[in-house]
Amino acid sequence: MISFENSDLIKEQQRYAESIALERIRPLARYYDAYEHEHEIPWDFVRFIWDTGRKGLDALMPGAEVPDEPFMLQIHTSEMISWGDVGFFMCLPWPALGGNAIQNTGTEEQKNRLTERFRGERPTWTCMALTESHCGSDSSAIRTRAVRDGDGWVLNGEKLFVTSARKALEESEGFMVVWATTDPGAGRSAIRPFLVEAGNPGVRIMKLENKLGLRASDTAVVILEDCRIPLENLLGGGEKGFKGAMATFDSARPAAASSGLGIARATIDFVKEELGRQGVTIRYALPRRLLTAIERDVIDMETEWRAAWLLTVRAAWMVDRGIPSTVESSMSKVKAGEAVTRITQKGIELMGPLGYSERMMLEKWMRDGKIIDLFEGTGQINRLVIARRILGYSGRDLK
Amino acid sequence: MYSFEPTEEQKMVIDAARRLAAREFRPRMRDSDEKGEPDPAWMDEGWALSLLPASIPEQFGGFGANSALTWVLAAEELAWGDLGATLALLAPNLVALPVLRAGSPEQKAMHLPAFCNDAWAPGAAALMEPRIAFDPFALETKAVRDNGGYRVTGTKCNVPFALESDWILVYAALDGKTQALLVPTNAPGVTVGERERNMGLRALPLYSVSFADCAVPASHLLGGEQGCDFDLLLAASRTALASMAVGVARAACDFALDYTRQRTAFGEPLARRQSIAFTLAELVTDIDAARLLVWEAAWNLDQGKDAVRAAAFALNFSSDMALRTADRAVQLLGGYGYVRDYPVELWLRNARAFGVLEGIATV
Repeated sequence: MISFENSDLIKEQQRYAESIALERIRPLARYYDAYEHEHEIPWDFVRFIWDTGRKGLDALMPGAEVPDEPFMLQIHTSEMISWGDVGFFMCLPWPALGGNAIQNTGTEEQKNRLTERFRGERPTWTCMALTESHCGSDSSAIRTRAVRDGDGWVLNGEKLFVTSARKALEESEGFMVVWATTDPGAGRSAIRPFLVEAGNPGVRIMKLENKLGLRASDTAVVILEDCRIPLENLLGGGEKGFKGAMATFDSARPAAASSGLGIARATIDFVKEELGRQGVTIRYALPRRLLTAIERDVIDMETEWRAAWLLTVRAAWMVDRGIPSTVESSMSKVKAGEAVTRITQKGIELMGPLGYSERMMLEKWMRDGKIIDLFEGTGQINRLVIARRILGYSGRDLK
Repeated sequence: MYSFEPTEEQKMVIDAARRLAAREFRPRMRDSDEKGEPDPAWMDEGWALSLLPASIPEQFGGFGANSALTWVLAAEELAWGDLGATLALLAPNLVALPVLRAGSPEQKAMHLPAFCNDAWAPGAAALMEPRIAFDPFALETKAVRDNGGYRVTGTKCNVPFALESDWILVYAALDGKTQALLVPTNAPGVTVGERERNMGLRALPLYSVSFADCAVPASHLLGGEQGCDFDLLLAASRTALASMAVGVARAACDFALDYTRQRTAFGEPLARRQSIAFTLAELVTDIDAARLLVWEAAWNLDQGKDAVRAAAFALNFSSDMALRTADRAVQLLGGYGYVRDYPVELWLRNARAFGVLEGIATV
């Protein structure tokens, strides 16, 4: 039975997340944008989430009791926290991409290690290292090397754009999932995920990127130099390779989409409120040709938002039911990446010079929003995923 | 809890509609467009699906309850076959469903049984007016109170089956608000004019109709004395059109996809080029998004929630999307897209209707 009604649990969590966004995120968002890397982690926010999370955000912790729809709950939370600020969203001490990779590829013992880490006293982060300086979308071309040596593996290489590496490796007892090749000539079949703990010798952060947006969150270049890890840190015992990396995308893409749509909704809410103050009302029922240009813009922003959001919700619905969602997840990401880009750019136009100014948050949201069309598969890669599927083409048929 | 899974019953409706569309609508689409007449088989075979009687309660001769969701699921499939055929088959909705939604008990008893018979019966609604500034909320067609009844004056365009129907549901401004009146086609003052000649929807008989001081009894105001909620009726109509836009877009996209996979250029299928493949990827994504917006609007209608915004989003997105999809399909077929041996030019002409025509379908 088709339904567009949310569960009470999710509605409750949304209200809770909204109160956090309003009270603990929005007031600090501008500061953390202005002082990228000069600031501490937003510890007050992080500790609050960690300490109270057992009540409100508990459902996001691995292994927590979650009725029915964990991923649906997650996208609603990430949308709302990102509505507050997407940089803060990235600072949430939760398993994120690294945890996701472990859930998808790890053994039971490895999953338990993850769960334990998130039950401790101190806020913890994880991160995932896939991209390298010479390859992004083409992740099967990675060069970071893993060599078996006696009772361990030795990793060597340089990883780029590792979100939250500083938080995972320096600011907490977290860990990093590193994708490396055991045989550089063998392509994707030799790629394996490895777990590198914070404090492990041979891993260090070389550089923190200075970014267009997302400045409350760190993105790092990580160096692995004769980084020796125990055998049991090969995730999944070596059985799930590159496909494991790809499997994480089925949920990572709608998750990224939901986050972007939080930014987009922040823009729409703000613009509508300001226009309302100016006495502009939006006449939704009027035929399009009779609308003012501003009404059209606002209705288009809302329509595009809703279209992208429903694609995202549908993908989440599939993920929760174990229905393969590669295409639907990519669709949500394509649409959301486009929506947040256009909506945040349009928001500035509608507010004129003030929209361009740091007196409003719109310019920040536009800078923040652009990342959504870039990470977790660029808009182009996701189009490629969709196109191959609908055409029945392999990677060789459609490059 | 969200769900994107139709009921078993709805899946059967989808299947039946899909089969009808492929078997009866599509093969006759071109001929009917050229001739300017709907094929009688569309209504004969289509009526066998019993979509409308299944939407009308037993007490009025039917055997079910109305569901906007079931309608949009069926309408998308039907419109994939042909839009003209779909609008023709579903024309009875134009009278039956507003009466079902908003009619007085007497109006329901009077009009609904006529739509529960073994044979299709036409229905007609007159909303649009032939002027650039046409606004459904500020109609020039007026109903004024007179002698305990109403007198209707004005000119309408694009009225489906005006000549063939016994009744026309006429939308008119009453005390500054849009209301609807049930007017017999043969009432004094009603003149059915010329067949409309539009760029598309050529199979569908659309007429201009004028009303000259046409007397209408008070009991024929839709909803009785208190009238009807026009916002709701318009939202239902937009939801219907939006669902058909998804069907037309899917037809065009499917065709372009097959074509570009088979057509070779420079030694390989067209679809193996990213510029082609990415276009298709964007089209299917927008088709899915449009469908979800349509479902949400229909769900709002069924739940008795305010559907005005949801219907506006659905039609805003779907009409634009259908036009873009049909246009891209013509583009992808190149010269073949422009000639009438291929169906895509027809879909382009039809798709232009969604953002322009109001009130020619409802759920």
